[in-house]
Amino acid sequence: MPDLRNYTLNFGPQHPAAHGVLRLVLEMDGEVIVRADPHVGLLHRATEKLAETKPFNQSIGYMDRLDYVSMMCNEHGYVLAIEKLLGVTPPVRAQYIRVMFDEITRILNHLLWLGAHALDIGAMTVFLYAFREREMLMDCYEAVSGARLHATYYRPGGVYRDLPDSMPQYQASPWRSAADVAKQNADRQGSLLDFIEAFTDTFPQKVDEYETLLTDNRIWKQRTVDIGIVSPERAKALGFSGPMLRGSGVLWDLRKHQPYEVYDKLDFDIPLGKNGDCYDRYLVRVEEMRQSNRIVKQCIDWLRKHPGEVMLSQHKITPPTRAEMKGDMESLIHHFKLFTEGYTVPVGQVYAAVEHPKGEFGVYLISDGANKPYRLKIRPPGFSHLAALDEMCRGHMLADVVAILSSQDIVFGEIDR
Amino acid sequence: MSTVSLLIERLQKHFPEQQIEISFGEVTLTLTPQTLKSIANTLHTHPDFAFEALQDVCGVDYLDYGLSEWIAEKATGKGFERAALRDKKINILERQGPRFAVVYHLLSLTHNWRLRIMILLDEPLMVPSVVDIWPSANWFEREAFDLFGILFEDHPDLRRILTDYGFIGHPFRKDFPLSGYVEVRYDATSGKVVYDPVDIVPRTLVPKMIRRDQRYADDDSARGAS
Repeated sequence: MPDLRNYTLNFGPQHPAAHGVLRLVLEMDGEVIVRADPHVGLLHRATEKLAETKPFNQSIGYMDRLDYVSMMCNEHGYVLAIEKLLGVTPPVRAQYIRVMFDEITRILNHLLWLGAHALDIGAMTVFLYAFREREMLMDCYEAVSGARLHATYYRPGGVYRDLPDSMPQYQASPWRSAADVAKQNADRQGSLLDFIEAFTDTFPQKVDEYETLLTDNRIWKQRTVDIGIVSPERAKALGFSGPMLRGSGVLWDLRKHQPYEVYDKLDFDIPLGKNGDCYDRYLVRVEEMRQSNRIVKQCIDWLRKHPGEVMLSQHKITPPTRAEMKGDMESLIHHFKLFTEGYTVPVGQVYAAVEHPKGEFGVYLISDGANKPYRLKIRPPGFSHLAALDEMCRGHMLADVVAILSSQDIVFGEIDR
Repeated sequence: MSTVSLLIERLQKHFPEQQIEISFGEVTLTLTPQTLKSIANTLHTHPDFAFEALQDVCGVDYLDYGLSEWIAEKATGKGFERAALRDKKINILERQGPRFAVVYHLLSLTHNWRLRIMILLDEPLMVPSVVDIWPSANWFEREAFDLFGILFEDHPDLRRILTDYGFIGHPFRKDFPLSGYVEVRYDATSGKVVYDPVDIVPRTLVPKMIRRDQRYADDDSARGAS
């Protein structure tokens, strides 16, 4: 009798459901997964080593490119670590702006995740819906930083600049009639805050639309309920964080338990799953979008009432304004020193973590007192999630691998770094 | 923070011989490879600590620690690029001790506290693996092996993880050049992908400089108090 051997299947690295560049070597018994071996690192750019060769501020832009769908949250982790070393706290207005943009980023991330997850399982419409709303949020990014994706907006000591008073407008063109443009510009007549407020007013109904398509959908439930179950104990042991951990029913959110910035002053709830399957993780993320919407609303209210500084004026760390530089020699020197050699930080090591849309995004920074980090270690949330893919997939069918993988919300920019 | 002082109290009670350090409100426990396993077990299982989650493991290479590439005290007539002291760096901090370190970041969800474990290492770069205590260590240890060449004893599957198949060297060591040793390209004549020696000339855009900065003069005392 011939030896029976398991079939080995190569999944990716150029598979549309591999969420980027994942190569998955699947050992299969018929259509059942016996072992899954993810090969990562195809997008490894050595961000941490690059950061060791540059002054602190020049690496903020690299952080955007880690998890390239939740850009500002990455920056936030890095900036918090530097601020912890320097011992500075940004102005309260800057903290509110950061929290507001963190939550906008969370919605951005969850929208992309929702669209991609549904697309992977076979629902096309949600993807188009999700991108309709993402467009508005990316306009907020653009209005505040000039870039739609890689914003580089946070700085140690605050944010780069205050919220703009006007929104960019659409222009009529041969492809876009004046009537269409007027409709698109209707929400853009006031400031950025007005625009975001208009968004938050309508967004819960949009989430209802997604839910109408998916939550009680029989096919959706068949594909996600009881798929990739992780028990709460296992989730903790495997180093899960964020929605993956909460989907398994563990109450843990850094925004509540180890609050940073102004999260302790805001009112929001933490959704929890019960079974730890793909469906619960879906429900948790959908509810998180609603909660983020609530947080954004509260931030808008506060920001309207409290104008003020958004950057510290300690010019050893933050640059002086253009106007100051024109008339003050000291400011000119500060500016020159900051933009040539940067600032030096105290000797020491810190670990700063933020509740990133995907989980705990940690930045471990060792400094030897130089103008560059001595060692920067990024703790990406997706890395531990993907490491558990083998365990989550065993015994499931080939088609479930795609559902489990996308329910983990995998982005290779952060896993490979 | 009161939780930090409670953690320190318990650490001192359970491990009176170990070195405990507090800086920036964070607790660091310095261990040796021999003591790691038993202490990690206690930290994981004992209800006094309950560190259920290992959030991160990483390697550190202290080869260049405290070395400055720029004479910061006096003026120079050259620009940054020409005057950067790439080959004869100035030793400012004069650090003593082993070259490598492995750093673990633990988190207790029960008590809501964090702990950093630091293991300083010289050759042989061998540390017992903690995968059997915290399964999440698996990939993080593979990463530290890949990037720094630190070996984890009894690790179930110690393969490279982030670098290319067939990669030689450990790229995050400080003596590994930023641009690497080889570059990959597709050779049209031979019809395959070939590896060539890298032809990028190393350059320093902004030299690393350590200033004896008076702003942080009282830093050690401030950190001890927090």
